[in-house]
Amino acid sequence: MALDKLLVIAAALFCCGLYTILTRRNAVAVLMGVELVLNAANINFVAFSHYVSHLIGGQIFAVFVIVLAAAEAAVALAIFLRLFSTTGTVEVDAADQLRG
Amino acid sequence: MKGPADLIFYVLAAMTVGSAILVATLRNIIYSAVALLFTFGGVAGLYVLLSADFLAATQLLVYVGGILVLIMFAVFLSNRISSVKLSNPVHFRLPAAGICLVLFGTLAYTAVSPAFALKARVTYQPTTAEIGELLMTRYLLPFEVASVLLLAALIGAALLSRPDRPDVARPDMEEPK
Repeated sequence: MALDKLLVIAAALFCCGLYTILTRRNAVAVLMGVELVLNAANINFVAFSHYVSHLIGGQIFAVFVIVLAAAEAAVALAIFLRLFSTTGTVEVDAADQLRG
Repeated sequence: MKGPADLIFYVLAAMTVGSAILVATLRNIIYSAVALLFTFGGVAGLYVLLSADFLAATQLLVYVGGILVLIMFAVFLSNRISSVKLSNPVHFRLPAAGICLVLFGTLAYTAVSPAFALKARVTYQPTTAEIGELLMTRYLLPFEVASVLLLAALIGAALLSRPDRPDVARPDMEEPK
């Protein structure tokens, strides 16, 4: 267990999240991909804070990332419910009313 | 560090990455959400191994206890009860897989090339007290901003998800005369 292995794990998580964001059409699944990406970033913060930095700022930054993820998930759920009551589906390409 | 800690690390890593791949590939969105549970749990385990005990507890409380429940609510509230199949369609599968594999190769190559000045000795200390102290002193402003953001998100989510009441006049939305 060392820094490089953790970075590889974080890279794998990030790529899974990116693949989920790119391929899914269900908005809730896209949100899951975003959460995977945020977790990958958090692993990097904590790993660098543990192995490289002498300060603990990485862990504090990770706490703030978790706070942002919670706020984002709550607002996203509200938007999905509103989208569902408007269009009857939560697929992301159904929300194209603003298209010119 | 050799021995049992290494073994636990590899088990946690396999659990995290494997269930993340399942999140990305499973067809049923409920199964994806359950796989996401194991990913979050694995990440919490990795935090424990990195001596981030407070962060591991926060990860379990906020992600598993909060965000995953929210995602489950979103899944159940945004699909019609009558339709048994909870759809989770995919598109652009091959280009996306290509992009992600190339990006993973690049990131992993960067990670294993020795470019970082490591600490001479890593220590395993509880960090909760230090985090609390820093949040109240050096990081006080971000802390307060985060609390205001949470309040705004709370109000916004409640306002957005409120059902429309046609019998109640909404003067703020009327056309100006």
